Amino acid sequence: MILGRVVAQVVSSIKHETYQKRTVLVVRPVSPEGAPRKGAIVAVDTVGAREGDMVLVASEGRAAMEILGYSHRIPIRSVIVGIVDRITRSSEGTAS
Amino acid sequence: MRLGTVTGKVWASAKDAQLNGFRLAILQPVDEQGTSLGSQLVAVDTIGTREGDLVAWVTGAEATFVGPGKQIPSDVTIVSLIDRLDHTTSP
Repeated sequence: MILGRVVAQVVSSIKHETYQKRTVLVVRPVSPEGAPRKGAIVAVDTVGAREGDMVLVASEGRAAMEILGYSHRIPIRSVIVGIVDRITRSSEGTAS
Repeated sequence: MRLGTVTGKVWASAKDAQLNGFRLAILQPVDEQGTSLGSQLVAVDTIGTREGDLVAWVTGAEATFVGPGKQIPSDVTIVSLIDRLDHTTSP
């Protein structure tokens, strides 16, 4: 999983059937300190995340399939699986 | 999944039979502000996009799973045509 911050909500009327009626958010990857990283991930929300939230994003297809309750593989790879309350670091820990 | 902008189409008469009926698009990966990220790709277009459209696309094994029991030989597949991105606060 990676850490990210929700920066926008996707509004889409034409999409694959497995995306219908789902909340799809744009997540900017961030460091554990909250510094933005390069890139933007489009992820299906399963936890009620909102813009500004730091979130956990799992990008693995079988995990997405199981979390979303399918018995067959689907074209969804990235799923928001948690909202981060806080991160504690050991003093000797190094930021990645 | 990622964001991208459709920048062109690819016409390929001779292709794997499992790709028949699907359009191929040139895709520029972008971030939520429209900034280009990396090289352009060729994507299987499952929804019928046009040049200039903002889309969501998926990579890896998930790019092959277009329907129950239906798989296509693709590694980049467009799965959503994005009307707009909503920001509740200014980015």
